[in-house]
Amino acid sequence: MSLIDWFANRRKTEPAIQKQGEREIADGLWSKCQVCGAVAYTKDLKANQLVCLECGHHSRVDSDERINQLIDAQTWQPLGEEIRPTDPLEFNDRKAYRDRIKDYQAKTGLTDAVKTGIGLIDGLPLALGVMDFRFMGGSMGSVVGERLCLLIERATEERFPVVIICASGGARMQEGMLSLMQMAKISGALHRHQSSKLLYIPVLTHPTTGGVTASFAMLGDLILAEPKATIGFAGRRVIEQTLREKLPEGFQTSEYLLQHGFVDQIVPRTQLKKTLAQLISLHQPFYPLNSHIVETDSAIRQEHSVSVIEEQNIQSN
Amino acid sequence: MPKTERKNFLLDFEKPLCELESRIEQIRQLAAENQVDVSGEIAQLEARASTLRKEIFGSLTPAQRLQLARHPRRPSTLDYIQAITDEWLEIHGDRSGNDDPALVGGVGRLNGRPVVLMGHQKGRDTKDNVARNFGMAAPGGYRKALRLMEHANKFGMPILTFIDTPGAWAGVEAEKLGQGEAIAYNLRQMFGLEVPIITTVIGEGGSGGALGIGVADRLLMFEHSVYTVASPEACAAILWKDAKKSPQAASALKITSRDLKQLGLIDAILPEPPSAAHSEPLEAAATLKQALWENIENLSEMSIQQRQQLRYEKFRKMGVFEQVS
Repeated sequence: MSLIDWFANRRKTEPAIQKQGEREIADGLWSKCQVCGAVAYTKDLKANQLVCLECGHHSRVDSDERINQLIDAQTWQPLGEEIRPTDPLEFNDRKAYRDRIKDYQAKTGLTDAVKTGIGLIDGLPLALGVMDFRFMGGSMGSVVGERLCLLIERATEERFPVVIICASGGARMQEGMLSLMQMAKISGALHRHQSSKLLYIPVLTHPTTGGVTASFAMLGDLILAEPKATIGFAGRRVIEQTLREKLPEGFQTSEYLLQHGFVDQIVPRTQLKKTLAQLISLHQPFYPLNSHIVETDSAIRQEHSVSVIEEQNIQSN
Repeated sequence: MPKTERKNFLLDFEKPLCELESRIEQIRQLAAENQVDVSGEIAQLEARASTLRKEIFGSLTPAQRLQLARHPRRPSTLDYIQAITDEWLEIHGDRSGNDDPALVGGVGRLNGRPVVLMGHQKGRDTKDNVARNFGMAAPGGYRKALRLMEHANKFGMPILTFIDTPGAWAGVEAEKLGQGEAIAYNLRQMFGLEVPIITTVIGEGGSGGALGIGVADRLLMFEHSVYTVASPEACAAILWKDAKKSPQAASALKITSRDLKQLGLIDAILPEPPSAAHSEPLEAAATLKQALWENIENLSEMSIQQRQQLRYEKFRKMGVFEQVS
């Protein structure tokens, strides 16, 4: 390489590097991928369900957006919103828990870390719970436990499948043992749902850890995960500290769990609704010899679909 | 336990009491050697020791209780099992390639009645602790526990579980084998068991690793044991960003038997001997045996459906929240 070529090359590369580092997106019009740095028109990104068009990175989705992505328009019937957090232990670390709740409520517009309700997915009824990581890291306290139990109990009563989109750092320490016991409480409700031979599918999204992993996230008849989500029981740092060694590559990811047999399928977000609807449809009661039962069953289902839509209309009116 | 050995494991707040006790012992020896009657003085000193004992053990802070719960001489699961059963045989293995020494169990006889017993097992010394992984069970431990519970269910034996763990094992191997799944599966399946289940927290109840054998009809706690959502050390590091704040975290988390009784999360507190369970292990075991037996008899009077329904309701009502209209 001659000296002139070397200078020429240097001129070519330097500004490009600087440019990439400096690139900042002023408002919400454009979004930059955290992983590959690709810039996309926010509207396009939303249309692709916040999955990067270049590298396929799945950005965080809030609970409302997730419900829009999964539930047929005009069929969502929220449940459990009347259940609100309190501060049973009068917990005060560097800030009072009571104030923390208020701040998160103001910041996120949510009342706690999960939204639950009934809706249709490709025309099939579904009891859906969606955790929201923005509210105190999706941590599980009394409200998360109560709302999920009410949802699962309703599903058991009406013979609906349950899907829970998990995203949580684990139990909410500010509620002490009350939050640990939510693990048992939700597992109890799932026991009744499962004893009634009904379908439950948790969807593990980034991140699903701690007490949520050690309870309802791992209790699915089938378990789905989004690509490259962190899923595990103990935190990475805890394991690193106890072992004092580097962790294997890809440890505690969706792919790692699939490889070790704890997840059934890794489903890209853009395929999630289709896959869930397909699975739910595959698990509908099927009685080839008793066709009258099929008729009754679908009649009930249709009736319910109508009533959900009607109620929704009444609410929106 | 011999006095000298006890001194090796002395907690700070036990020291004044121990000093007084050894002084009484000295006076007694001197008196015996010189054939002097000091019974009056000794009675006086013993009365003082007794008041001091009540003062110290009656006003322990949550952090001090945590120290007692983790006391290296505190009776362990195997100590209690051996002390309360007429006979017993250990059962090994999860039938999936593992036998976890940190979670032990077997079949035995309590007052003549066959029962299945199991619990976390900490080591008695450093070597033993390494072998038992400090009572931190791996997925194989929880699967062995469930296997034992299903065994009990098949043969109609009441299940007695004992909690004494800093938490479930957090390691690469544990994650690979599905620590979360193993605990989760136990939580759900325990709701379906037909036999009575009684859980006793005998020492340290550490988070999900404790709960993994803790879905019971009755939840008992020894007076100085603790049960917590996260260890106070971890909680302080996360919420206070300072591991030295663990005494504050221990108070804030409400981990003592009295706090948890008040919150309605446990059914009964088992009183400990005046200087805690490690001072008089046999007395503690007698208390435990009686409580377990009363609960077995009481639960045996119910039908299977009744027990399952009550077990469901017991956990279903745990949680504190507001209901707005």
